[in-house]
Amino acid sequence: MNDAVPRHLRVPLALLTAVAVALFLLPLLGVVCSAPWSKLWTQLRSGAVHDALGLSLISSFGAVSIALVFGLPLALWLARGRSWLRTVVRVLVTLPIVLPPIVAGIALLLAFGRNGLVGAPIDRWFGWSLPFTTAATVVAAAYMGLPFFVLSAEAGLRSFDARYAAAAATLGAGPWRRFRTITLPMIQPSLRAGLLLCWARALGEFCATQMFAGNLAGETRTLPLACSVAMEVDPELAIGLSLILAVVSAVVLTLLRQGWSPQR
Amino acid sequence: MKMKKLAIAVGVLAGLVACGGSAATAPGPATRVFAAASLTAPFEELARRFEAAHAGSRIQMQFAGTPTLVLQIREGAEADVFASADLPNMQKVVDAKATAAAPQPFASNRLTIVVAKGNPKHVVGLADLARADLKVALCGPEVPAGKYARQALAKANVEVRSVSDEASVKALASKIELGEVDAGIVYVTDATSAAARLDAVSIPESQNVIATYPIAVLAKSRTPAVAAQFVEYVRSPAGQAVLSQFGFGAP
Repeated sequence: MNDAVPRHLRVPLALLTAVAVALFLLPLLGVVCSAPWSKLWTQLRSGAVHDALGLSLISSFGAVSIALVFGLPLALWLARGRSWLRTVVRVLVTLPIVLPPIVAGIALLLAFGRNGLVGAPIDRWFGWSLPFTTAATVVAAAYMGLPFFVLSAEAGLRSFDARYAAAAATLGAGPWRRFRTITLPMIQPSLRAGLLLCWARALGEFCATQMFAGNLAGETRTLPLACSVAMEVDPELAIGLSLILAVVSAVVLTLLRQGWSPQR
Repeated sequence: MKMKKLAIAVGVLAGLVACGGSAATAPGPATRVFAAASLTAPFEELARRFEAAHAGSRIQMQFAGTPTLVLQIREGAEADVFASADLPNMQKVVDAKATAAAPQPFASNRLTIVVAKGNPKHVVGLADLARADLKVALCGPEVPAGKYARQALAKANVEVRSVSDEASVKALASKIELGEVDAGIVYVTDATSAAARLDAVSIPESQNVIATYPIAVLAKSRTPAVAAQFVEYVRSPAGQAVLSQFGFGAP
């Protein structure tokens, strides 16, 4: 691998690498250096932060639950074969990853909003609409986070060697037992990685949430939204919240690497 | 091979020289005006007229909720003029020593209720906004329009549960236009500019709040002369005529 780089290029390449590392390191250092450490504990205990943290946990874990309940069957179906329909669905599933979040928010409104494709009839029949509810933050988070889980689970399932299951079948294991004792443990790292990525994306969701779910303390104002409002009212609080989100994300990634690292 | 590299190097150099040359003859830096979202329409018009009257000047507008602009200015954004939707937010910029001269009032505005075209929910006044069958949104209390709206509601003794605290009057107006929200409180001028898409329900004088807009040249301006001229133009009879055309009152 190292032979791929000519010797005389190593120094300039190291410099370029240092710039790239600095690009990732400096913003984080900026947050850490200006964080109001002495006030952090008081900030954390304020009602507004509590509400935002609670809502963030609800929306992100809500998205993870949706990923398990609806995303896993979808991944199983996607991995079961090849067809044009699967290709189309896969594109649909991947779209939220590349879509600008603001577009996702507008699209969600046009589908589930009070005048939306599905939202309008629901509002007419039940007098209820999704936007501006905590449920809407879950939907926005799920829409943005689910693709990571589905694609990761599908990749795991596709790389799963079916001969193990076939061998188990010759030993008399039924389909459910094969799935539970062979397939599931073997694809478990991909599932775990997918769930963590899905959760992290859902936790960080901002733009689509603000567009689709609105921004109301205690109802739809998740941590990222609280962070954005705080930046205009109390920048110190915003930095504190940024620090919390950064720490949480770093912890998630560390957990992730243990289950999903190239050296494994 | 060597010749080719040389040719490329010469080409690149020539390009650089050409760029340098054109930069020298191009007009100086544009004058950046940061203005409250509610000023969008009149300020675009003011900038257009100002540029036409002052050859060589270029005005770049940036519109956002006033607190966002204050934040950007305090964080060192390169801006030459700041037009705020209220005095307290301008004061924050003054306190940060970011203004070059004392802010001057240049316009005033009033509040109005806006509803979907045709007023399907029959809203007639502020008291209606407390109705349980209505979804009402306001701007956040940190946004001037949101602060004024809460003052008006307090005057009218009406308690409203906002379904979402929007970041700017424009964001609020578009949620009403989309039909996600039944009613909101914005400036009279927003209702004027969106008259084709939204209906206004006026708020009586006794419950209304008068918003005063201040404008100032910023300390870090790279074009202080043009910036001062622009501020002067906005406050001149010609500038005031444009503002009143869009529904703003005298300061």
